[in-house]
Amino acid sequence: MLQLKEKNSPFNQEQAEQLNRVLPTLTETQRIWLSGYLAVPLNGAGIEDPPQTSEAGGTAAANPTREVTILYGSHTGNCESLSEEFAGKLKEQQFNVTVSSMDDFKPKALKKVEDLLILTSTHGDGDPPDNALSFYDFLHSKRAPELDGVRFSVLALGDSSYEFFCQTGKEFDQRLEELGAERIADRVDCDLDFEEPAEEWFQAVAEELDTGQNQTGDVPQAAPGLNQTSETVYSRSNPFNAEILENINLNGRGSNKETRHLELDLEGTGIQYKPGDSLGIFPENDPSLVDQLIQLMDWNPEETVTINKQGEIRALREALTSHFEITSLTKPLLEKAAALTSNEALKELVDPENSQELKAYTEGRDLLDLLQDFGPWDASVHDFIAILRKIPVRLYSIASSPEANPDEVHLTIGAVRYDAHGRPRSGVCSVQCAERSEPGDKLPVFVQRNQNFKLPENEETPVIMIGAGTGVAPYRAFLEEREENEASGDTWLFFGDQHFVTDFLYQTEWQRWLKEGVLTKMDVAFSRDTDEKVYVQHRMHEHSKELYEWLQSGAHVYVCGDEQYMAKDVQETLLTILKEEGQMNDEQAEQYLADMRQAKRYQRDVY
Amino acid sequence: MTNNRFPEQHGPPSEMEKIKDQSDYLRGSLVESFAERLSAGIPDEQTKLLKFHGSYMQDDRDVRNERKQQKLEPNYQFMIRVRLAGGVASPEQWLTMDELANTNGNGTLKLTTRQTFQLHGVLKWNMKKTIQGMNEALMDTIAACGDVNRNVMCNANPYQSDIHAEVYEWSKQISDHLLPRTRAYHEIWLDEEKVLDSREEETEPIYGPLYLPRKFKIGVAVPPSNDVDIFSQDLGFIAILEDGKLQGFNVTVGGGMGMTHGDTNTYPQLAKVLGFCKPEQTLEVAEKILTIQRDYGNRSERKNARFKYTVDRKGLDWIRQELNARLGWDIEEERPYSFDHNGDRYGWVKGDDKWHLTLFIQNGRVKDTEDYPMMTGLREIAKVHQGDFRLTPNQNLIISNVAEEDKAQIEDLAAQYGLTDGRHNSALRQNSMACVAFPTCGLAMAESERYLPSLIDKVEDILDESGIREEEIIIRMSGCPNGCSRPALGEIGFIGKAPGKYNMYLGAGFRGDRLNKLYRENIGEEEILEELKPMLQNFAREKEENEHFGDYVIRAGYVNAVPDGVEFHT
Repeated sequence: MLQLKEKNSPFNQEQAEQLNRVLPTLTETQRIWLSGYLAVPLNGAGIEDPPQTSEAGGTAAANPTREVTILYGSHTGNCESLSEEFAGKLKEQQFNVTVSSMDDFKPKALKKVEDLLILTSTHGDGDPPDNALSFYDFLHSKRAPELDGVRFSVLALGDSSYEFFCQTGKEFDQRLEELGAERIADRVDCDLDFEEPAEEWFQAVAEELDTGQNQTGDVPQAAPGLNQTSETVYSRSNPFNAEILENINLNGRGSNKETRHLELDLEGTGIQYKPGDSLGIFPENDPSLVDQLIQLMDWNPEETVTINKQGEIRALREALTSHFEITSLTKPLLEKAAALTSNEALKELVDPENSQELKAYTEGRDLLDLLQDFGPWDASVHDFIAILRKIPVRLYSIASSPEANPDEVHLTIGAVRYDAHGRPRSGVCSVQCAERSEPGDKLPVFVQRNQNFKLPENEETPVIMIGAGTGVAPYRAFLEEREENEASGDTWLFFGDQHFVTDFLYQTEWQRWLKEGVLTKMDVAFSRDTDEKVYVQHRMHEHSKELYEWLQSGAHVYVCGDEQYMAKDVQETLLTILKEEGQMNDEQAEQYLADMRQAKRYQRDVY
Repeated sequence: MTNNRFPEQHGPPSEMEKIKDQSDYLRGSLVESFAERLSAGIPDEQTKLLKFHGSYMQDDRDVRNERKQQKLEPNYQFMIRVRLAGGVASPEQWLTMDELANTNGNGTLKLTTRQTFQLHGVLKWNMKKTIQGMNEALMDTIAACGDVNRNVMCNANPYQSDIHAEVYEWSKQISDHLLPRTRAYHEIWLDEEKVLDSREEETEPIYGPLYLPRKFKIGVAVPPSNDVDIFSQDLGFIAILEDGKLQGFNVTVGGGMGMTHGDTNTYPQLAKVLGFCKPEQTLEVAEKILTIQRDYGNRSERKNARFKYTVDRKGLDWIRQELNARLGWDIEEERPYSFDHNGDRYGWVKGDDKWHLTLFIQNGRVKDTEDYPMMTGLREIAKVHQGDFRLTPNQNLIISNVAEEDKAQIEDLAAQYGLTDGRHNSALRQNSMACVAFPTCGLAMAESERYLPSLIDKVEDILDESGIREEEIIIRMSGCPNGCSRPALGEIGFIGKAPGKYNMYLGAGFRGDRLNKLYRENIGEEEILEELKPMLQNFAREKEENEHFGDYVIRAGYVNAVPDGVEFHT
């Protein structure tokens, strides 16, 4: 057999040596199999769904030499589940893959990284997600190492209705390049409908990883008998239609709010979740809003339109109800819409010089406003459909423990209603749940795991839970779980809302848990019962000393709810308490909190 | 404990006796309970002590089940009752109550059947500032509820101002004399420092640490008006006037309304006249009678703990002897007296150079509605009024002691806000009375205040057809048999049994001197009207001159007369 060398083959020296070692050991059958295998295009279907092999044995072969490191920054769990999905696919192709959240990755190990894939979402005003914070800071600091020889690609998730769309992904992408790493595939910025572009990015990356490796593509013989069973596995791409068992308003009469408690039936689905996870719902738009659109544009509701790249078709009304987003406006949408009208005002609005005006216009407006404001439209219904985003999934923190409620999942959903620009507006999914969801109806759902919001593994560890409004949902799941497990650790809940009498969500349940000792302490703040507004952070500060003692004894701190105000103020208060009670300076307090975050003792689920 | 302190106890002390005993003179853990933030309520045993401080914990029963479903506790709230002897309030006090009702209460004031104010819907964390607000206007709520002497009632007589002033003064003195002496109220609500004092008998020289076996009610009447329903009081004083001068009081004992459905050992009872005392002997007599009940009342069975049962058990003569023994002198023979009505006289009247305007307040509820800004009107009057306000025992209101020169101004304000003397209503409605019942009263079995007006609408049609719209008939409704609206003294009485169902009673005396009798049990509106229609028609046809409806139904054989409460159930 020919000795492979750099000169007589397309392989580099290392690869050639490996091949020279392996090839002579192959049996006749193995050679035939391998030749056939290599003849199949690498990015074809055969690779995407390779047979299970781990138990097959006797397949040890040349592993790819370069290790793939996947790091994610994930807030709601999308980047995390994508990372795990991609890691699984790469492992099936015999890549050495490690996957972890950015904060679980030791920054010093960065020097040893070979192929680096970054998947990150962007949070709030262009900030990294909590579990990407310290890695982000490290990478952007002077201590960040030179990354010559590292290959990378970035997948960014975001929401184009925010000003700093995919900002964190963009920053990682730029920074890695600055540090000397080599980009093997262009960054892809995904909007809320991230599934398709994310998959495309992965295919592009996988191809590059392959070619870069010169790897042999060691996929052993087919083993059809080991294929997975045919039992249905429910997931984001295959949601389960869960029946609503119960749907009640948790707010008493006279409240300014409406918070729905939903109980959904998961019996027989095999769907598993843990307290802290979220449930995704594929919502439907308000049919009356859909009808207004159709009426305004004089469209035919029964006309069929294409709803995805695969060319599936639906009647227009159904497409607008269930498949496309019609309740918010984004910059890309306006830019594309500008091409469909002769109205100069819209063309002017999307001019880069008018970005502030554009941002102001999109706030609180929806597709109906756009279509009303910038006619006459010079386009077909298909042109419009083509520029719409897919209807985004809504994620809600799960409010139940599967231990306490086998075969059920409970949600706490605040109905969003407000007036804007002369018209009442409503949250798509929350008001669907409040007004158009009766027990017996079904909702398409899937579980979104969230590793960043989990009870401590040690059941004796004290737990401090801070939440306002619907932010209290995961704590109900926590306490149900701890009650079932008879966990012995102390628990302390801070809860806030507007009015005691009407808005004390799950009041009787907390009262029972307090009585029975499942909940050790509870402090509440009702902002509109007193002249001076009182919030959870005030109650925390009132208990500074004790709270600090809990922290010192290793308590985990959880924060869930509104990010902009509540979570920020809570964090400030935690820092204040550390400074006051622990005699720390600013820097020490920040570090204390950063260490807690690193140790997963400070977990947030904020939105 | 209790059995050693008191003679003649025939059973173990009730739970309430233990709560009182362990309360450290009504302190309990009220401070801690009201500081607790996770429930709008307080623990059950604390609610029982809270009554002595003039407040009941209640909840909005309209939403009780709904809230349970919503995983919310009942909508707990507090009723606060003022101690207001004789129902006399200054304009400043009226304005204070009006403001507290609108800031901390449910926006309404209830004028009670015992001549005082009730605030409803006060939330736990607003209790202290509400009570402090009352305190600033020289009002308190001590002993407005609980096993103590309750608000002392007094005839609201608008005709003779001098006599009223004198008699009212006695009612006030009785009220002050029998007030609990514990400083618990001042410590808990008014932030008074606690002074340690272990000498029990000095803490409560009259009551002692266990207070009374049950509530104790005192009223003062001035004939010919029996507006205070003197015979419904545990202890009554009937003013005896000669030559326009107060000579003293006939003393009555052992009246009371409450009973328990289905328990014939409980019954409403009329007070009996025990004798006569001079004005200056009033406080001593009141105190000694109260101590007889303290020592001999039933502390085992609260249903049988009222003074009326003690009187009936021991007999009137024994009570008189015991009283004389405790006084160290004998009370005199009763003097002649006579009542002719117990209702109010509406509109303007003049007495002793001052004018008095009696306004009709349906069921005592002061509030603003879309078409009747009553609360606002009364507030505007209070801002300019130089006299006083008198809350009547029939839940009405007198703008009292208006000088001749101020009358026009009050008249104008009354007209401007449509404040009514109610004389366009039927005389039946003018003589109607209902307790609070749903949604706030925890005892209510059926609607009362919210229902009686609409029932009267329908009865008025019958009256109109029969031509007896001007006929005064006393109609009273209570949501439960405790009888806050004194239903056993209604010529037509209703006591709630279940939602929409009432026991119907007939035949009480127009002067408040005879109990009524059960006529139909557990009936709804349709049956009520079916019963009343022929009866009222017959009454219109057959009534004799000056014959009242209560007397007629006995003569016509609908019911037998009940001269004594022990015959109420027979």
